[in-house]
Amino acid sequence: MHMPVAGPHTHTLFTVSRTMLTVVAALTPATLFGLWEFGWPAIFLFLTTVVSAWVFEVACLKIADKPIRPFATDGSAILSGWLVAMTLPPYAPWWVGVIGSFIAIVIAKHLFGGLGQNLFNPAMVARAMLVVALPVQMTTWIAPVGLLEGPSFLHGLSITFLGSQEFDAVSSASTLSHIKSQISAGATMGEILPTLADLESRLLGFVPGSLGETSTVLLALGGLLLLVTRIITPTIPLAVLGTLVTLSAICSFLAPDRFAPPILHLTSGSTMLCAFFIATDYVTSPVTTAGKWVYGIGIGTLVFVIPLRRLPRGRGLCGALDELGHAPDRNLHPAADLRTVPHRQAACAAKPAKGAQK
Amino acid sequence: MRLPSIATLFHPLQSFSIRGGIHPETHKHLTSECEIETMPMPALIRLPLQQHIGAEAEPIVKRDDLVLKGQLIAKARGPLSANIHAPTSGRVIAVGHFVAPHASGLPVPTITIRPDGEDKWGPHLPRLRPENAAPEEIAAQVAAAGIVGMGGATFPSAVKLNLRAKYDLTTLIINGAECEPYLTCDDRLMRERAEEIADGIGIMARALGVKQVFVAIESNKPQAIEAMTRYNRALGYTFKIHVVPTQYPMGSEKHLVKMITGQETPARALTADLGVVVHNIATAHAVHLAVRYGEPLIARTVTVSGHGIRRPANLRVLIGTPVSEIIAHCGGFTEEPDRLLLGGPMMGMPIQNPRVPVVKGTNGILALTAAETPEAKTMPCIRCGRCVQGCPVGLTPFELNARIHAGDLEGAAKVGLMDCLACGCCSYNCPANLPLVQSFQFAKGKLSERQSRKHQQEETKRLAAARKAREEAIAEAKKQMMLKRKAEMAAKKKAEEAAAAAAMPPPATATAIQGEATP
Repeated sequence: MHMPVAGPHTHTLFTVSRTMLTVVAALTPATLFGLWEFGWPAIFLFLTTVVSAWVFEVACLKIADKPIRPFATDGSAILSGWLVAMTLPPYAPWWVGVIGSFIAIVIAKHLFGGLGQNLFNPAMVARAMLVVALPVQMTTWIAPVGLLEGPSFLHGLSITFLGSQEFDAVSSASTLSHIKSQISAGATMGEILPTLADLESRLLGFVPGSLGETSTVLLALGGLLLLVTRIITPTIPLAVLGTLVTLSAICSFLAPDRFAPPILHLTSGSTMLCAFFIATDYVTSPVTTAGKWVYGIGIGTLVFVIPLRRLPRGRGLCGALDELGHAPDRNLHPAADLRTVPHRQAACAAKPAKGAQK
Repeated sequence: MRLPSIATLFHPLQSFSIRGGIHPETHKHLTSECEIETMPMPALIRLPLQQHIGAEAEPIVKRDDLVLKGQLIAKARGPLSANIHAPTSGRVIAVGHFVAPHASGLPVPTITIRPDGEDKWGPHLPRLRPENAAPEEIAAQVAAAGIVGMGGATFPSAVKLNLRAKYDLTTLIINGAECEPYLTCDDRLMRERAEEIADGIGIMARALGVKQVFVAIESNKPQAIEAMTRYNRALGYTFKIHVVPTQYPMGSEKHLVKMITGQETPARALTADLGVVVHNIATAHAVHLAVRYGEPLIARTVTVSGHGIRRPANLRVLIGTPVSEIIAHCGGFTEEPDRLLLGGPMMGMPIQNPRVPVVKGTNGILALTAAETPEAKTMPCIRCGRCVQGCPVGLTPFELNARIHAGDLEGAAKVGLMDCLACGCCSYNCPANLPLVQSFQFAKGKLSERQSRKHQQEETKRLAAARKAREEAIAEAKKQMMLKRKAEMAAKKKAEEAAAAAAMPPPATATAIQGEATP
């Protein structure tokens, strides 16, 4: 018999690595769809990014002299790399993925102390830095042609690893960026709307966009899986989506020419990815329910406001930005948590009955 | 670990339940269909003098005394203590120390009896007719029978029955929730002895003078609910059977009160402040036996379970029966268990020595195999918030843990360390497998140690200051006395001189003498 240890002597099935793997499983449908849709270059880019994230993780653990085995198998690096890959343009060259992984794992995660200590969501830090540093590579979009109609295996290799430019880039980015550029060009919403892809293809994901962000339905399904398995609570997604819908409904009601209607926001894959997978990142989001509302509403607002200010690709940036507002201090209480500690039992004693003195 | 059914992930009732809490795999099927069987007489009986909260009982037998079944062998010491009776007839072979049925395994004062096998009753306690007895008489009978809270808290029941003198009591809640996994002894007791329990509940309700009585049973015990619904009347009281959601820690006193009355007990207050008293099902049964038949508390129902036990069972055992004999009676171990526990897996205590006895608060003996216990591997906190979601008192365990690890115990106390129930939901939920509740227990111990040391220091300082003041006062008094005496001496001398001068007229001589004396 072992040395006795204090109770509880039973434990839930959840562990860190099982949690991470469940999130990965929830991301899988949307990812597979993206890989199928964008073909070989996307597959190569995806693999490069995920593998390099894991390699960076192992290297960092080695340098930091931390136990490699438990941390390298916890799935967190795979998940970060996965999320980075999902937000990359599918035909981006391999080094974009590797740099993204480097930023995510080395700079955003391990420089802050590793698992559980990072101030910002690593994948979103990588995303934000890449957008600022590599505007051309990060905004080169292609039409979703499918694995079979797209570039061949070898052609795919040359696009990803040799920087071949022999493909048809589409000028317009995802739906929302398209609207934004058209509006700044002076068009009204009434003129833009007919030029967009129809609702069905926006929902299913037959639109240009980042590698894993196109399919709204599959991402929402993944989010549902996270809710059902109780990996996340519904608070943050509801707050993010609710705020976004409310704000866009008000604005498009007041100025229908200048603002997209709520349905356009809701049928954007990146909105779903943000609401279910990015905003709910454990380490960088509040843990109390009230804190989650504050935080979710903040993200929803930023997601709506930032694109108006002509910053590219609002969701990634604002994910990181909003987390700044809830940055943990040394003792790890996010600002939102500080002000919203759960209601504890009333501290005052009840008045004694019958004038009793204890 | 075993895979749970997917159904455990869905808990629609949770929205109408207590805050937080968890749904561990119950494992109750192991013993829920095992009828309560009476354990054969053990070879030895060991009775620790402290089986209850409060002062330890005072032994009134010596070595080699012959005792009869039901004979008082240790008397309650003070108001918060409990009598201990001989569970069977036999010879006292030692009044000394033996390993405590506690995780510490420290030696505690224990009376050891070798049963003579005749199981001969001594005089019973005088029987009471609760229909006519005064509440004080009932409470006195319960105190004489040495009954304590049998859900595990072991608080002397008579003290709780006497609360009507101090509080305006309206409600009695009988706790049949049995929310700890594995345990089914209360379930079986309700199924098999519902009528006796009902009578015990009626007696307690009468002693407390309450207006309403609830019996709270978790929804996973349909037969117990049915049995108690059939016997829901006694002594003019009709009990309401309240089915509560199956959720740990539903059986926590304050949570049960919240669930049934909707009122939240303030932190560090008693449920009696709200006019509510909570007693356990097994306690009600013991009260019935004590009042109707004059039988003291000498036996109890124990669940013997876990995958490490060959034949899991519910047993009626004499208090003081060694755990090892019970396990042997249940066919021994299937494999070397990872942990041997007294109580449930959430709040039960691990024991090292299987020869420790069953005491009044022991509701389970569990032998858990390695597959049933958590892995030792821990990971860093990832702030997932599952501990916060699980905490039934609304604390933020990960934050408490961070503060405790930073050495900031006062800070931890400020964010609610002292409100922690030690239910273990946070540790159960933690995906990083961090020892959360364990470090809270440590911190609580440390804080109370620190407080008592501080108190001691202050006391020492105060005593030292008092002593110094006293000594100074004495020195001052001495000095004053000296001065006074000196003054008196001087005055006396002066008077003498004056007298002498008056007697001797020529002052010149005296002046001359003085002049000579001066060098």
